[in-house]
Amino acid sequence: MTDRTEIFDTIAAQIAPFNKKGVTVTEATTFQGDLEWDSLTVMDFVAAIEDEFDILITMNMQAEIETVGQLADAVAKLKG
Amino acid sequence: MTDAGLVAEKLSANPVEIAPERDLMSKFDALIAERQALIDTGVTDPFAIVMQQVTSPTEAMIAGHDTILLGTYNYMGMTFDPDVIAAGHAALDRFGSGTNGSRMLNGTFRDHIEVEDALRDFYGMSGAIVFSTGYMANLGMISTLAGKGEYVILDADSHASIYDGCKQGNAEIVRFRHNDVADLDKRLGRLPKEAGKLVILEGVYSMLGDIAPLAEMVAVAKKHNAMVLCDEAHSMGFYGPNGRGVYEEQGCDVDFIVGTFSKSVGTVGGFCVSNHPKFEAIRLACRPYIFTASLPPSVVATATASIRKLMTADRKRAQLWDNARKLHGGLKALGFELGTERPDSAIIAIILDDQEQAVAMWQALLDGGLYVNMARPPATPAGTYLLRCSLCAEHTSAQLDRVLGMFDAAGRALGVIG
Repeated sequence: MTDRTEIFDTIAAQIAPFNKKGVTVTEATTFQGDLEWDSLTVMDFVAAIEDEFDILITMNMQAEIETVGQLADAVAKLKG
Repeated sequence: MTDAGLVAEKLSANPVEIAPERDLMSKFDALIAERQALIDTGVTDPFAIVMQQVTSPTEAMIAGHDTILLGTYNYMGMTFDPDVIAAGHAALDRFGSGTNGSRMLNGTFRDHIEVEDALRDFYGMSGAIVFSTGYMANLGMISTLAGKGEYVILDADSHASIYDGCKQGNAEIVRFRHNDVADLDKRLGRLPKEAGKLVILEGVYSMLGDIAPLAEMVAVAKKHNAMVLCDEAHSMGFYGPNGRGVYEEQGCDVDFIVGTFSKSVGTVGGFCVSNHPKFEAIRLACRPYIFTASLPPSVVATATASIRKLMTADRKRAQLWDNARKLHGGLKALGFELGTERPDSAIIAIILDDQEQAVAMWQALLDGGLYVNMARPPATPAGTYLLRCSLCAEHTSAQLDRVLGMFDAAGRALGVIG
């Protein structure tokens, strides 16, 4: 399993507690459109991802991330 | 995220039919429909209250009824102070009604200098800059202080003006969990050591009326070599020995204090004070200071008179805290769920189940002669619905007894309390 796959799987696991609608999570799943998260949920989820990977995802970065795949790419880049 | 509501105050009660084709206004259709649905339930629009006459710091005529005001930010009751009003009259007579322009060009009058002197004296600091509103003060200070490649670290429950100040600037923005010292420490620890950092805190968070553990947070910020800006909008006048705010009460040394004239001072305007030796440079670089009209002389003159009186307003400070303890204790005894366990501030929030219950309570209180604020997501933390009471030093014990009676009656009638 590659690092990128592990990152995606970890993110998917972190999404689960916030996935109230039971949406099937894929690379193309969007946080706002598919998961329908409000800003408070986004805040809690981002904090969970940051703590999981020991990284910081600034609000500037968050504005550019729409899908789970884009988040996985961003995490991979931040982890170096 | 407090005070960040998106509901306009002046939406038409009868909006024209939405054009079949989309245009730039179509994005507001949901807001228009939501407001209309609220009005259709038969309630007064909570976001369109009109004060027909204000008769004292604690009373007004609303919809033809004498009403106790428990939803203003007039904490120290300065709006009707005779010395404050006289100062405004004198400035109007001497300098006219307006200032012509920006502080940078033709908009600095004698009274602007005097109010900045009053702020220096009040806070015991070397520098003071006045802005046209508190919103502009946060917008200007945050966007000017933190630039590209630098970081702003803010509490998740920060006021909308703080968020907007972040958007206006070019810094990287990082949020931490509300009032969570360990979370702030963790996030600061992940930032590059050499980068410039500005931590933004508030003394009192306006929706629940809770206060920040500033002493611990400032210590954490300093450990990571970050500067601290603290917004003391909801604490000026009655925290600390000199009424400077929660930071004074907790004995903290912060780099910048932002505040407003529209709350305890009782007029309108915003400011920042600091001991930094280069603070004056902000005037040369801050767009929300440079590119806007300065406050009219009558307004800054009233602010000066009010600030100077607040320096020695010990009786009012004590009365406000007595009032906060009485209302908080009374509401708690009636069985309401409150935003804070103790009377931490002059704001007391009553937590309700949903919008329907909040609106019904709000309407019942208004009909009974009491005005409080109704707040809802996205303006509230954690998506709660609440009624917010803001106390004034001029509320009498008899008024508060009537207030508690109205809450008791409305709460029982609507099943909020048993």
